[in-house]
Amino acid sequence: MNQLRVLSPGMLTTIQDLGRFGWAHQGVSASGAADPLALRAGNLLVGNAENAAGMEMTLIGAEIAFEHDAVIALTGSDFGAGLPLWQPVAMRAGQTLHCRATESGARCYLCVRGGIAASKIMGSASVHVMTGVGGRPLQKGDVLAIGSEAVRRPRSAARFPEPWQPRFTLRATEGPQADSFAGQLFEAEYTVSEESNRMGLRLRGPTMPSPSGQMITEGVALGAVQVPPDGQPIILFVEHQTTGGYPKPANVISADFWKLGQLRPRDQVRFESVTIERALELLRGQEEWLYSL
Amino acid sequence: MARLTHALHGVRGILNLHPAFVSVLIDFDPRLRTHREIEELVWQRMEAAEERASAPARLVEIPVAYGGENGPDLEDVARHADLSPEEVVTLHSGAEYEVSFVGFSTCFPYLSGLPAKLATPRLTAPRKHVAAGSIAIGGAQAGVYPLASPGGWRLIGRTSAKLFDPHSEPPALLKMGDRVRFVRAPEGKL
Repeated sequence: MNQLRVLSPGMLTTIQDLGRFGWAHQGVSASGAADPLALRAGNLLVGNAENAAGMEMTLIGAEIAFEHDAVIALTGSDFGAGLPLWQPVAMRAGQTLHCRATESGARCYLCVRGGIAASKIMGSASVHVMTGVGGRPLQKGDVLAIGSEAVRRPRSAARFPEPWQPRFTLRATEGPQADSFAGQLFEAEYTVSEESNRMGLRLRGPTMPSPSGQMITEGVALGAVQVPPDGQPIILFVEHQTTGGYPKPANVISADFWKLGQLRPRDQVRFESVTIERALELLRGQEEWLYSL
Repeated sequence: MARLTHALHGVRGILNLHPAFVSVLIDFDPRLRTHREIEELVWQRMEAAEERASAPARLVEIPVAYGGENGPDLEDVARHADLSPEEVVTLHSGAEYEVSFVGFSTCFPYLSGLPAKLATPRLTAPRKHVAAGSIAIGGAQAGVYPLASPGGWRLIGRTSAKLFDPHSEPPALLKMGDRVRFVRAPEGKL
């Protein structure tokens, strides 16, 4: 079987597909690619189904030795590998992919034609880093088999639309407790904290009065902005808890989920309020771009 | 909530269901379903579910080693309730609980039915490490930590029962609506 070998894993490199859905009622959040748009695009570019497993690299990339010929695509942020992003690239047996530290956002995806043949736990190959469901981050010496799940020809290069580029404005719809907040969230600028991880992006900014302690624990969604008693918002991310008791003034829209995966510690972000109708329009536009690849 | 969650399982376009005490969050794919369609579906399924008799709840027994290093907060819970640790154990293991819902983190059961005397506020500063299988009290709720994690509930014992095993089918030992009894492990051993 064709395979690749991890020479160096970088900072945090995991196998991800689009997530482990259908288990939230058992307290298991989906996990999955932090920038799902990049993983889906990478897969489509190499001719995979969009949910095929790929490699998610965080801030500092991996070094990967290709032991057989392979067709790959790098998407998301530029990790200085010296290869063009957002297009299929042929790797030769014996060649090594050297990713370095990020030159833009937080994550770079490596998709391989045929997919990475990782075993699926509860229906998904995604690693849930905080609980260990689905495995662990990659380590030096790991050998990964390349699958044979390609479904069509590789595509030509994609151009990531320029207007999507700034990742620093997060569009959000009203959250379930929006009425308890006076819109402060949309007025301030926030800094992404170093304590952020795949469970949540912790923001630092002006303290917002939070009516916490007055609500009954309820289900929480990806992208929900929750405000604990300290008044500093947390954006629930791919490995979020499935229920929570903190009030939520807003929810980041699906079309901007990819931005969450590309935010780095110390990035400055703002929130922009949009309606659900606008959020759906933006999502449709993004899907059209994706399926035109 | 259990009935509605059950009735919505497997519906096309629904990605995840997050039941809680008095709500169910429905995570659906907006490319496949509109908010209005989901709302209509909820009303339909609720009506249909009410007509069907629900299956009798099963009773799950969970062995517990109380106190000592397995339950470092047993003494504090006893002091708060003005009881002896022995009386806390008798009350805790004498009650029958119901799984209100499973949420927060992997397979964590929120149990109702804790004897009122045992209600104890959470720790002001959560522990960084709670051992897997810890039997806990958080306010008026009882629970069990399935995996090692941080946590702010009071720990009164530990079980060797596996509440979560990703390789078994189903992976969770407990589900919403199950009845639960804690059984004191022989000689207090795990």
